[in-house]
Amino acid sequence: MRGAAVVAGVGQTPYWKWGQADEPEFKLALRAIVAACGDAGISPSEIDGFSSYSNDRSEASRLAAALGIDELKYAVMQWGGGGGGAAGSVANAAAAIATGQADCVVAFRALAQGQFGRFGQGPRRNTISGANAHTVPYGLMSPAQMFAMRVNRFMHDHGVDQSALRAISLASYHHAQTNPDATMYGRPLTEEQYDESRWIVEPFHLYDCCQENDGAAAIVLMSAERAADLPHRPAYVLGAVSGSHHRVGAPVHNDPLYATSSFTTVAPRLYEMAGVTPDDVEVVQSYENFTGGVLMAIVEHGFCEPEMVNDFFTVENLTAPQGNFPINTSGGNLAEAYMHGLGLTIEAIRQVRGTSPNQLRADDGGVDVSMMIAGPMVTPVSSVIFGSEATR
Amino acid sequence: MSGYLADGLPVPVPARDGLDAPFWSALAEGRLVLQRCEDCGSWQWGPEWICHTCHSFNVGWQETEPRGVIYSHERVWHPVHPALKEQGPFVIVLVELSDCDGVRMVGNLLGDPMQDLVIGTEVTGVFEHHPDHDPPYTLLHWKV
Repeated sequence: MRGAAVVAGVGQTPYWKWGQADEPEFKLALRAIVAACGDAGISPSEIDGFSSYSNDRSEASRLAAALGIDELKYAVMQWGGGGGGAAGSVANAAAAIATGQADCVVAFRALAQGQFGRFGQGPRRNTISGANAHTVPYGLMSPAQMFAMRVNRFMHDHGVDQSALRAISLASYHHAQTNPDATMYGRPLTEEQYDESRWIVEPFHLYDCCQENDGAAAIVLMSAERAADLPHRPAYVLGAVSGSHHRVGAPVHNDPLYATSSFTTVAPRLYEMAGVTPDDVEVVQSYENFTGGVLMAIVEHGFCEPEMVNDFFTVENLTAPQGNFPINTSGGNLAEAYMHGLGLTIEAIRQVRGTSPNQLRADDGGVDVSMMIAGPMVTPVSSVIFGSEATR
Repeated sequence: MSGYLADGLPVPVPARDGLDAPFWSALAEGRLVLQRCEDCGSWQWGPEWICHTCHSFNVGWQETEPRGVIYSHERVWHPVHPALKEQGPFVIVLVELSDCDGVRMVGNLLGDPMQDLVIGTEVTGVFEHHPDHDPPYTLLHWKV
């Protein structure tokens, strides 16, 4: 699959605070897809496949009818909630193209939480059964609470300080200040503001938690053979994988490798497929549902030894352009918008195209190897590496 | 308030498919039973229809002492449920049981919510019965 698919176009709507979108969710999906097709210089009727995740409500057949596409050849949903499938949706799209099942596949995510209710809230009913009956009655019911337990164990095992979490948050906010599309554009975050912000659940302060946003984002993928016709610097899918290790999903927090973000087997497969090593990766968009997941995901992708986390995760190191390891260069889920990872995917592509609000290697027209890591700590998780023409 | 947490959270009931019914009935009697494979002897939690070690469907239930160590913990501040609006901070622990191949359970840690939380601390189980609630239920908490 390496290099078989290329990103032809990217598109996004404006991003709003949750519940504030002025258009319905399905219309937002259409807008993002039409924008991505416009960016690719193709008609939406050329699309022949749809790939999404997290039980997206904008159903493929309705999209196909609405857009008047000639023939629907591929409609696939990655299992799992949250953003674990954000890169998986790219993997599925690229796999369809590589195997000839489809020629032009859209990966997308659309959210209007005013219309459909908000993520991250506890269940409002009198009784609960199944796996949740063993956690919810003890007050463990939100994503922040599910994941803080893992992060506390990781921080304990490796002596991680709060400053490492803070650095991720500050770097994301810093990068959003040069991104006019970011919801936190013009709203920088200081160390003091972070420290004084309220606890959500220890070790997460308010600013360790992603926002909830409305909006939509989409990318169009097609066969690499068509790359020469594209209006932009092509970004090839060098590798894209999903999955999780042995029994991550064991109920009631019984994952054997608990203090991990589920990438222990996924990351090695990603590098193998892409034919690159961590040293080759120039910039990373690492999904911040919560900052603690970024720590673990970066460790599991081989960028930093767990015992070096406190030295590695500093604002200086994580911030473009001077840092050795700039992450979340558009502001990420914390400060650009929480499109369940599709915004991060687009930013990873912008870094290859040379159009990031915090562009690395701008003089060269963009980076050669750009990574996006999706949905740490859930299962399945996924990650993707995009490469420039030079990497093919 | 009749328990560690304020009233009003969803209360546990056995799964409709019967998977964890023996667990809840034992808990109501003040006993802890967890799944143990009748063929290979492996302990298993949360409950499942098959033994993940040997794939036997003869997954039985065995009583065990509610004791273990704190495997991880979290102090919760933000109330994500209306019932917890006035609760203030509270503590959830993940307990690794001592006698069951290291399977883990989630519960609350009784006592001062601001107490020091230390991974590895030994804890024992405390049954919190709600016989007068409709439906009745029992929770299993932990104390140092």
